[in-house]
Amino acid sequence: MTDMTSVRTRTQSPTTRLVLRFVLYILLALFALFYLMPLFVMITTSLKSLDEIRTGDLVSLPREVTFDAWRTAWSSACTGIQCEGVRPYFLNSLLIAVPAVLISTIIGALNGYVVAQWKFKGANIFFALLLFGCFIPFQVVLLPMAIVLGKLGISGTIPGLIFVHVIYGLGFTTLFFRNYYVSIPSELTKAAMIDGAGFFRIFWSIFMPLSLPIIVVSVIWQFTQIWNDFLFGVSFSQAGTQPVTVALNNIVNSTTGVKEYNVDMAAAIIAALPTLLVYVVAGKYFIRGLTAGSVKG
Amino acid sequence: MARWLQDNMPKIVLAPSFIAVMVFVYGFIGWTAWVSLTRSRLMPRYEIDSFIQYGRLADSPRFETAMENLAIFGTLFIVIAMVLGLLLAILLDQKIRTEGAIRTIYLYPMALSMIVTGTAWKWILNPELGIEATIKGWGFTNFEFKWLVDPDMAIYTVVLAAVWQSSGFVMALFLAGLRSVDEEIIKAAQVDGIPTWRVYSAIIIPSMAPIFLSAFIVLAHLAIKAFDLVIALTGGGPGYATDLPATYMYAMAFSRGDIGQAASSAMVMMLVVFTIVVPYLYSELRTKDD
Amino acid sequence: MKSYVLSTASAIAVCAAGVASADGHAEAEVLHYWTSGGEAKSVAVLQEEFAANGGTWTDMPVAGGGGDAAGTALRARVLSGNAPTAAQIKGPAIQEWYAEGVLADISSVAEANDWANLLPASIAAHMQCEGTWCAAPVNVHRVDWIWANTEILAANGIEMPTTWDEFNAAAETLQAAGIIPLAHGGQAWQDATVFETVVLGLGGAEFYQAALVNLDSEALTSDTMIAAFDQMRTIRGYVDPNFSGRDWNLATAMVMNGEAAFQIMGDWAKGEFLAAGKVPGVDFSCASTPGDGYLYNVDSFAMFSVDGDGKAAGQELLAELIMGPNFQEVFNMNKGSIPARTDVDLSGFDECAQLSAAEMASTNDGGTLMPSYAHGMALFGAQSGAITDVVTAHFNSEMSSADAVQMLADAVANSM
Repeated sequence: MTDMTSVRTRTQSPTTRLVLRFVLYILLALFALFYLMPLFVMITTSLKSLDEIRTGDLVSLPREVTFDAWRTAWSSACTGIQCEGVRPYFLNSLLIAVPAVLISTIIGALNGYVVAQWKFKGANIFFALLLFGCFIPFQVVLLPMAIVLGKLGISGTIPGLIFVHVIYGLGFTTLFFRNYYVSIPSELTKAAMIDGAGFFRIFWSIFMPLSLPIIVVSVIWQFTQIWNDFLFGVSFSQAGTQPVTVALNNIVNSTTGVKEYNVDMAAAIIAALPTLLVYVVAGKYFIRGLTAGSVKG
Repeated sequence: MARWLQDNMPKIVLAPSFIAVMVFVYGFIGWTAWVSLTRSRLMPRYEIDSFIQYGRLADSPRFETAMENLAIFGTLFIVIAMVLGLLLAILLDQKIRTEGAIRTIYLYPMALSMIVTGTAWKWILNPELGIEATIKGWGFTNFEFKWLVDPDMAIYTVVLAAVWQSSGFVMALFLAGLRSVDEEIIKAAQVDGIPTWRVYSAIIIPSMAPIFLSAFIVLAHLAIKAFDLVIALTGGGPGYATDLPATYMYAMAFSRGDIGQAASSAMVMMLVVFTIVVPYLYSELRTKDD
Repeated sequence: MKSYVLSTASAIAVCAAGVASADGHAEAEVLHYWTSGGEAKSVAVLQEEFAANGGTWTDMPVAGGGGDAAGTALRARVLSGNAPTAAQIKGPAIQEWYAEGVLADISSVAEANDWANLLPASIAAHMQCEGTWCAAPVNVHRVDWIWANTEILAANGIEMPTTWDEFNAAAETLQAAGIIPLAHGGQAWQDATVFETVVLGLGGAEFYQAALVNLDSEALTSDTMIAAFDQMRTIRGYVDPNFSGRDWNLATAMVMNGEAAFQIMGDWAKGEFLAAGKVPGVDFSCASTPGDGYLYNVDSFAMFSVDGDGKAAGQELLAELIMGPNFQEVFNMNKGSIPARTDVDLSGFDECAQLSAAEMASTNDGGTLMPSYAHGMALFGAQSGAITDVVTAHFNSEMSSADAVQMLADAVANSM
C-alpha cells in the first residue's frame, strides 16, 4: 500500500489532519450517494404498487412494501405468449456464460503467457492485432457472423453463442494475462528451461499457481460482459435458447399496454443479480488480482 | 519432430487465436468494407457498385450529428472517467476503515447491463418523474434539470450515465496500480524530501502507464459499445440529437433495411477509432520492448 | 426449472418428431413483437386455435422499437439459413423480403379461402408478392385518430375539430384555460404520426399519395408541404415542455386524467382508455383527425421459405387461421383494431371501432384509404426513415419550414 500518510503526518498539525480526514470522508460519502442513488430508486420502485408509483415521487420509500412485482418478474411476467417470467431464461444464460468464460480465460492465459514470456518476432504484432479487435462494435460483425454460424450449422444454438462470446472475449483476456505475466521475471522461465521443463510444464507448474488473482479479474470481466450481452443474444438465439437479457427486453420494452414499472425494475434487478453477486463477493479478489500482477522484485 | 514441436509450441498455441482474429475481426471488417461498396438494402449483396454509400453518408445531416456526438461523448467520457477513477483511487488509498464497502459501492454499477443503467437514469433524469420533480416537491419550485429533453444538452446525460457506470471499474484499476508501486522508491523519495504531490506526479503516476493503457482500452471499448445505453436512455433523441455512429449503423442495418449505408458508416467509425487507438497502442507497446 | 427442462425436452422431441416423420404434422416457429400482457393474450388466441387444429406453436418473441430488435433477429436468422416459419412483418417490407427470395407462397390457402374478395383492395395488395400471396393480415389499425377528454371539451365549449384551423382555435382556448392542448410523446415515430395526419388533413388524400407514397419531388417541395411544416411548428407550441422521450401511453394518461385535452394517436390508444375503465363517448371521444381520409396500418405475418413438410403445413394452417373469422373477431376486440376481413360481425365492437370500420369502407370506395408512412405501410424503411429524421429534427428545433422542406427533398433523394 502506498503509504503517503506517514509523510503527511510529519508535516501537518493534528487539526489539519482531522479536517482533511473529515473532508475525505465527506467526499467519499457524496460519491457513494451518487453511485447508490439509481440502485436505491430501482429497489424502492420494485417494492411499490403501481398506484403508489403513479402518485408518489421517485425517491420516497414505499408507503407499503409489496413483493408482488418480484414474484411476477420471476415467474409470471409475460415475455411473449409464455408468461413465465425470467426464470426459464436464467438457465440459458448460465449455459452460455459459464463455458464461454472458462474457455476464453484459459485461451487468454495461454496467449498472455506466450506474448509475455516467449519473445519471438510476431508476438507483439499478434498482440496488437488482437487488441485492436477489442474495439470492433458488435453490430458490425452481426451479419457476417450470422452467415458463418449458419454455415457451421450452429446458429440458434447455445454452442453457437458460446463460440461467439469466446471469439470476442479473447482480446480482453489476453490483455489481462499478458499484463500480469509481463511482470514475472523471465529468468524464472529461463531457469526452468535449463532444468529441462517444456513449454506446458513451465506454464502449469510456475505460472498457473501464481495466476489466481488475474484469473479472478478475467472471470469477473468476461462473466459481466457475456451475461449482460443483448445483441448477440437476440440475434443468434431462437425459441428455447434465448438468454435472460432477451427476456428482460421483452418485459421492459413492450410497445403497448400498461407499463408495470415495478415489475420492470424487479426483473432488471433479478437479471443483474448474478453479476452483482460476482462483484460484491469477488470484489476484493478483483483488486488483489490487479495489484498482485505488478509485483516487482 | 518432438524438437520442432517444442521449439514452435508458442506459435502453435497462438495459432488458433490468430486465425480466429484474422477471420472474425479483420475478415469481417473486410466483409463490411466490401458491402459498403455495394447497393445492399435489406440483405447484403455483393456486386460492387461504387463509393455511392460514402457519398450518401457525407450528405446525411444525421450522420454528421452522430460523428460530432462521438467526439463529444468519447472524449468527455474517457477523460472524466479516468480523472474520476484516479481521484477516487487516490482517495481510497488513504487507509480508509470501510474501504471494502465503499469500494464495492463504487464498483457495482459496472455489473449492471447498459440497458438497466439507461432505464434507471432515464427515470432519474426525467423532468416529470425524477430529480426535477423531486426537488420541486421539496419546495424549490424554480429548480430545473431538463438536460434529458434538451436537444443541445441531451448528449451530456449519456456522458453522465456512462461515467456513473464505468468510473468505479477504472478506480479499481488505478487503485491496484497505486498499491503496486514499489514501497522502496516512495520511501527513498520521501527521504530525499520530495513533496507529496511531486511524488505522485513524477513517480507513481508514470509507473502506472500499463494501467492507463488498460483503462483506456476498457473505456474506449465501452464508448464504442455505448449503443445499448443510448437506446435505453434517450432512444437517440430528442429528434436524433444523441445519435452515435453505432446507433446510426444499427438503425440503417436493422430498422431501415439499408445495409450498404450501415456498412459505410461502420467503416467510417472504425477508421476514426483506428486513427486514435493505433498510435496509442503503438507507443505503448514500443516502450514495453525497451 | 424442472418444468422448463421438461418443456424444452418435449419441444425438442416434438421438433425431432416433426422432422423425422415428415407426416405433415403442422408446426411453426413464430417471430413477433407482441409481448405486453394484452397483446400476448391476443396472440395466445391464435396459438390456442393452432394447437386445437393439431399444430405446435413455438414462440419467439422479441420486443421493442416497433419491431427493430425483432428485425435484427430476423435478419441474422435468415442470413444463417435458419429462418423462422413465420414472422411479424408489415407493409412494403414484405415485398422487400420477397425480392430477396426468402418468402414462401401461400396462394393455395388464399385462393381456397377467397381472400381477394374478403379484403379491401389496397390491403390485399400488401399481402401479395408479384402475383402470389405471401402474407396474412391480422388487423387494420387506424392511425389518424384524435382522442379527447370529453369533460374538458364540454367545459370549454369545444367541439371535435374537423379542420386544422378549428384545432388551432380550440388549442388557443385550452391554453388560455391552463390546459395542455395536445398530449404528445417526443419520440420519432410519434412526431411522424402527427406529421402524416397534418399532411393528409391539409393536402388531402391525393397530395398525401403524391408526397408520402410516390415521393414526388414537386409535392415534397410544394407550398402545401411548407404549410404542413408550419402547422407542425404551431402544434409544437401546444405541447408541454417535458414531451421529449415520453412514451405514447403516458401521453394517453395525460388526457385521461385531465392534464391535456387531445392526443393524436392510432387506435391502440383506445386500449389504454378501455383498460382504465373509461367509456367511449362519455369519458373520451374519438374522431378522425382534421381532414378527410383514412391512414391504415396493417399488422401481418409473412411466411418464410423453410424446409420440412411440418413447417409448410404449419404455414398453411397459420395463414388459414389468421384470416379465419373467429380469430379476426376475438383478436381485434382485445387489441383495439378492426378485422382486416370485411365480413366479420362488428356488433360486439365499441363505437370507435365501428366508426373505424364504416370509414374504412367509405374511404375505400372513395379512394381516400391511404397507407400510413409513419408506421411502415407506404415506403421502404430507408425512405420513411429519412423523412422521419427531417420531421423530428424540425419538431425539436427552430428550423424554418422552408429549410425543412429543402432538407426533406435532399433526404429523400439521398435515401434512394
